[in-house]
Amino acid sequence: MKIGFKLFASLTDYLPSDRKGNRVELEVGEGATISELIARFNVPERSAHLVLVNGHFVPPAQRTSRHLVEGDELAIWPPIAGG
Amino acid sequence: MAWNRKLLRVNLTQGTCKEEPLNMEWANEYLGSRGLAAKYLVSEIDPKVDPLSPDNKLIMATGPLTGTMASTGGRYTVSCKGPLTGAIACSNSGGFFGAEMKFAGWDMIIFEGKSPKPVYLFIENDKAELRDASHLWGTSCWHTEEQIKADHQDPLIRVSSIGKAGENQVLFAVVINDLHRAAGRSGVGAVMGSKNLKAVAIRGTKGVSGVKDFPAFLKATQDAKKVLADNAVTGQGLPKFGTQVLMNVINEIGALPTRNHRDVQFEDAAKISAEAMHEKRPTDGKTHLITNAACFGCTIACGRISQIDKDHFTVKNSPQYWGASGGLEYEAAWALGAANGVGDLEALQYANLLCNEQGMDPITFGATVAAAMELYEMGILTKEQIGIESPFGSAAALAKFAEMAANGEGFGKEIGMGSARLCEKYGHPELSMSVKKQEFPAYDSRGIQGMGLAYATSNRGACHLRGYTVASEVLGIPVKTDPHVTDGKAELVKAFQDATAVFDAAGICVFTSFAWTLADVQPQLAAACGPEWTMEKLNEVGERIWNLERQFNNAAGFTAKDDNLPPRLTTEPAKTGPAKGLVNQLDKMLPEYYKVRGWTPDGVPTSETLARLGL
Repeated sequence: MKIGFKLFASLTDYLPSDRKGNRVELEVGEGATISELIARFNVPERSAHLVLVNGHFVPPAQRTSRHLVEGDELAIWPPIAGG
Repeated sequence: MAWNRKLLRVNLTQGTCKEEPLNMEWANEYLGSRGLAAKYLVSEIDPKVDPLSPDNKLIMATGPLTGTMASTGGRYTVSCKGPLTGAIACSNSGGFFGAEMKFAGWDMIIFEGKSPKPVYLFIENDKAELRDASHLWGTSCWHTEEQIKADHQDPLIRVSSIGKAGENQVLFAVVINDLHRAAGRSGVGAVMGSKNLKAVAIRGTKGVSGVKDFPAFLKATQDAKKVLADNAVTGQGLPKFGTQVLMNVINEIGALPTRNHRDVQFEDAAKISAEAMHEKRPTDGKTHLITNAACFGCTIACGRISQIDKDHFTVKNSPQYWGASGGLEYEAAWALGAANGVGDLEALQYANLLCNEQGMDPITFGATVAAAMELYEMGILTKEQIGIESPFGSAAALAKFAEMAANGEGFGKEIGMGSARLCEKYGHPELSMSVKKQEFPAYDSRGIQGMGLAYATSNRGACHLRGYTVASEVLGIPVKTDPHVTDGKAELVKAFQDATAVFDAAGICVFTSFAWTLADVQPQLAAACGPEWTMEKLNEVGERIWNLERQFNNAAGFTAKDDNLPPRLTTEPAKTGPAKGLVNQLDKMLPEYYKVRGWTPDGVPTSETLARLGL
């Protein structure tokens, strides 16, 4: 199945070098979890601070159990703030 | 004591500058800066005064930590009754001017009356005098600063000034210091202009004396700096990406107000984001961002210094804009960009440069352009009236509006009224995205419920810096709360509002609160000002400041009816994203908020609350 995978701010460097912008489209196995994708791209767990699926916040405790489905957009930020 | 214990009272009508002792009884109750200035203002002006009349007063104030070695201790505030809102105004700025005021030996400057001719105030330590500014009137903030330094043959003078916008009394004119730091909201620059006060120039060489317990202060400030350095947000995220890092986050959660809040997500958000500022431009192979920058004493350094593409249509024939300069910060990038549907980063920076050069608030300016673009798309405004085709997304229209508003030309004069008056004039007051006539910043309260309450109850009109619940509702600071629910938001908003008032009053930057709590500030204040500055006292001072500001607004004629949001946000559901189908449920939160505040159902502090706070 296909999902959208986005890394932002300092995590951008963990995306493939041929990326355009901050999003890549991925082919993943059925039932893939957020933690699996974080590991696949070598994103340090503690840097994956803000995790959103389709814009909805996913608490850290659910990253290993939350299964992605076709068309999901997974977006991850390190600790950030502004104003 | 880290106060200098003296203020300067400048009577512009009479042309006099007089030293007065600072009211230390009030300093003990309101700390400094925003709090203490509010106390002086409330005590000295009629709340119903015309903000642009000589009877309004303008106060520049520092806090006890301003100018000290506390991180971010460079802040000062500009307070008055605001001409955009009619409410109490207090705009906060960084840079180096505030610290210089403290170094010259002053805690505060109170301006009253109106000068018969343009003047600027020159301060050199104890010496203070009004000088002729006729050669500066009609020029920009950038020129004014350069000229004053040249006139005095001293490049170390720090300058706060108004540009043409303040002179023309644009209702969202700002006071600019250090070229691109701004006391930015509510039109404090217009009040300065109404007094024929062009600038304040200060050279201070005294340093800050009187820190109560210096060894303890040294330790407290070092400990607190370590907290900032070790925190991933203040130690890494903000220095590298600045506030602009929020653009993609807020868009992703569906709370990025777009096209005058018609939409909550912007298809070109990525093009105007922090990440885009780091990318090389296809046109010249250079990045938009040149470097980050810090204000006085700041160990975060979130500021952006950028360089516009010299071949961009906005500046191709204007080399004066080719140099590196301030911006873009998130609020400006949103207001000039997503709010208008403009996804051209260079055009946003051009408009931002004009705002800094001539002294305009880019939030209210951009949001007013958004309202004008909606009126244009509805056929209410025409190309003949405006001077240019102005659909959403037009970078050319944005640039033209910025030029016209900055110079007070043509339709720019109408932009200069702000969106509430503009929309009222053209028969659609509901299209002004504002509270108390001040425009929203960059968060749509349909997707972040608590911000709706924070906006509605902000004492200076819609504002993110009076109660930034985005930190909790979106970013998880200090704890994550659900942005779509209303339960608990009354308490959350009150907690943010009261704590922020203390950060402001202390003379430090509110961005420290991404890493610090009041428990990190308290040891610094106790060492600087005395052990009586306990956590309990700080919490009380924050709440006291909030209630004092509220009392001023109530006396000025505001009521609970003004604690409201435009109907678009409470009746038109978000169209896309995670908040799709939601409106802001202010009606659920507001009664609870009044209760938590100890106010009547009509939004008036009860006698018990006033007595508890010593008001």
